[in-house]
Amino acid sequence: MRRLVLALLLALAPLGAAHAVQPDEILGDPVMEARARAISADLRCPVCQGESIDDSSAPISRDLRLVVRERLVAGDTDAEVMDFIVARFGEFVLFNPPARGANLILWLAGPGLLLIGGFGAFAYVRRRAVPAPVADLSEAEATRLAEVMKRP
Amino acid sequence: MIVELGHFALVLAFGVALVQTVVPMWGAYRRNAALMAVAEPAAILQFVLVLASFAALTYAFVTSDFSLQVVVQNSHTLKPMLYKVSGVWGNHEGSLLLWVLILALFGACAAWFGGNLPPTLKARVLAVQGSIGVAFLMFMLFTSNPFWRLEVPPLNGQDLNPLLQDPGLAFHPPFLYLGYVGLSMSFSFAVAALIEGRVDAAWGRWVRPWTLAAWVFLTIGIALGSWWAYYELGWGGFWFWDPVENASFMPWLLAGALLHSAIVVEKRESLKAWTILLAIMAFGFSLIGTFIVRSGVITSVHAFANDPERGVFILMILGFFTGGALILFALRAGSMEAKGVFALVSRESALVVNNLLLAVSCFVVFIGTIWPLIAELGWGAKLSVGEPFFNAAFAPFVVGLAVLLPVGAMMPWKRGEVGRALRALWPAAVLALAVGALVWAMQTGRSSMGPIGVVLGVWVVLGAGIDLWTRTGRGAVGARLARLRRLPRADWGKSVAHAGMGVTVFAVAAMLSWKVEDIRIVQIGASFPLGKYEVTLTSVDQVQGPNYLSTMATLEVRDGTTLIATMQPEKRFYPVAAMPTTEAAIQSGLLRDLYIVIGDEQANGGWAVRSYVEPFAMWLWGGAIIMALGGGLSLTDRRYRVAAGARRMADASAVAAE
Repeated sequence: MRRLVLALLLALAPLGAAHAVQPDEILGDPVMEARARAISADLRCPVCQGESIDDSSAPISRDLRLVVRERLVAGDTDAEVMDFIVARFGEFVLFNPPARGANLILWLAGPGLLLIGGFGAFAYVRRRAVPAPVADLSEAEATRLAEVMKRP
Repeated sequence: MIVELGHFALVLAFGVALVQTVVPMWGAYRRNAALMAVAEPAAILQFVLVLASFAALTYAFVTSDFSLQVVVQNSHTLKPMLYKVSGVWGNHEGSLLLWVLILALFGACAAWFGGNLPPTLKARVLAVQGSIGVAFLMFMLFTSNPFWRLEVPPLNGQDLNPLLQDPGLAFHPPFLYLGYVGLSMSFSFAVAALIEGRVDAAWGRWVRPWTLAAWVFLTIGIALGSWWAYYELGWGGFWFWDPVENASFMPWLLAGALLHSAIVVEKRESLKAWTILLAIMAFGFSLIGTFIVRSGVITSVHAFANDPERGVFILMILGFFTGGALILFALRAGSMEAKGVFALVSRESALVVNNLLLAVSCFVVFIGTIWPLIAELGWGAKLSVGEPFFNAAFAPFVVGLAVLLPVGAMMPWKRGEVGRALRALWPAAVLALAVGALVWAMQTGRSSMGPIGVVLGVWVVLGAGIDLWTRTGRGAVGARLARLRRLPRADWGKSVAHAGMGVTVFAVAAMLSWKVEDIRIVQIGASFPLGKYEVTLTSVDQVQGPNYLSTMATLEVRDGTTLIATMQPEKRFYPVAAMPTTEAAIQSGLLRDLYIVIGDEQANGGWAVRSYVEPFAMWLWGGAIIMALGGGLSLTDRRYRVAAGARRMADASAVAAE
């Protein structure tokens, strides 16, 4: 009886956290499967919180993974598969926002700030690098130095 | 009764924090020694009261007092004792109490160890620290009170999220909070110095140990969290660029920048305004992290139970402290003139470059984290920013830092020569490139990330070693070895921490590029190859745990004919929380981890099995521990203790002569 209850409970349990890519989804061709994995790592599960469809256990992610593989088998390029999914779910599913339009700000903010900060830092360092004043020895100092140097 | 005492102590702590904020600040303004002296006992009293309150809440969790709302929502009588205790901070209200406890602890520490601070500075530091306490105690009492009673207590609780019932996660939040809140000390010092209008070498020396301690705790906390994600979430990843992970990573980057720039303030009295700004921003990012975790504006797998009212409150706290400090900064920064003069090529410049790279990389993480929010508020676009963006945008900064680190670390103060540093470092460069070429030749057709990681790792680790060796001066090897042992702990700390950074960079690259993955259906009794190993699924059993049911597989891993491991991955089901979890079986080795996860039973009687070979996994956390150890070594340098105590003049003069 106990075993039955246990088995029942386990059967009723929703899919666990780690049940991402299932063995039955995997394509026979390892090259194409690798492409499918790379694509699905960049696609966000539409109903989860920040998981890729490759990591997610949600049913819709499984469907999406199967769609990705279907399109690949049908002969689509990686970009065409992406476009196919984006056309249906919007850019929300792209973990890598396309570098165009306003998203250019996102991509250029880092390098831009590095440049600006670099100039600022360079200017600061240059300002600090005041050449040490090398004044010639005065008459008195020169005689004193000569005196010191003469001593055994 | 005990719960009411705890609640009362919390309200009292709020009152004490108010006194600690107002009286010493006024006293410092009026130069009234008696008023300033209130700061010290107030800070200690506030800590004792919050501690009492925390103890009361812990007592409620340990005795499963289900008349308390938080206990009902996060505990269960069947839960093991460790998780009853860690359940105290496994929820929003309790974790906030821990936050405030650590805040008060740092304040009390400043009161205990700040003996040689000038009285006005000390009063102001404690007052600012007290004001942060006021804000958070108010937040807790008005929106997130952990001592909220239920009118009709239920018979049992709803259990803690099973994913959180884990030793790694039991200790992850306390360390993270020690780090986050530790930065409040640097913030208080910065604001106090701005009010005081003076930043000098002594200030740099006082603020550095606090920043260093915060950074060490953050390092450990982040490493624990990443380790937990690695073994608990069950797909062998260790970092997901999740908003909440980023929230802890940003203060870490800024704390790293701050503890380097504070060195320049201490040794050369330059970079003062920048260091103050960093101290403000580092704590600002801690508050932003708090906001991200607790407000729910950014979706994350980590989020606490959120509610907008709390979000607004935290935003107000964030605005008040960061905004106020920045206004103060704008008013006063001009008065801090720098003294030290240095050449374009010098240790100072190298540290400026370090700060530039760390600060900009932090900004990149920040903009990536909030970009979805900006896009949605700005032009209504729903988009995501994830791993591919962060990997591409962040990696160049890591490479830049790692390439420049050994050269910068060897630079002398004031004026240096790149050629001179490179002459000392050429063996490291040659060896790094040679090992990298070897690795590149061994791995055919894979990404170049692995070899690059090897080159950078070897370069940074050897560079750190050479740096230390150079510090021993010239002469016979024996004499230099003897001197090596007597080098100040700070020198050792610097090299050890830098080497830890090298190990971490290498391990990240190795794990990202050489991971082996295998997903398949396995019949009981069948075998399959995994890398150079042979794995056999011997049985799958149903097992009853203390508060869960488990499906446990047993797999034998052989290398040739020798059995190297028997692994038992589990799939658990927690009936109370109605949640399944995966417990991966991990066999850790020096060069690789074997990582096996059991999936569902298939229609044909087989089981889905996911297995990984994770190369150099231990090195990742090893590297983080080495970094933290380096920070700890530096923290125990006697110069700090002498500076902090200032008891024996003899000691002090000996140090001055060093």
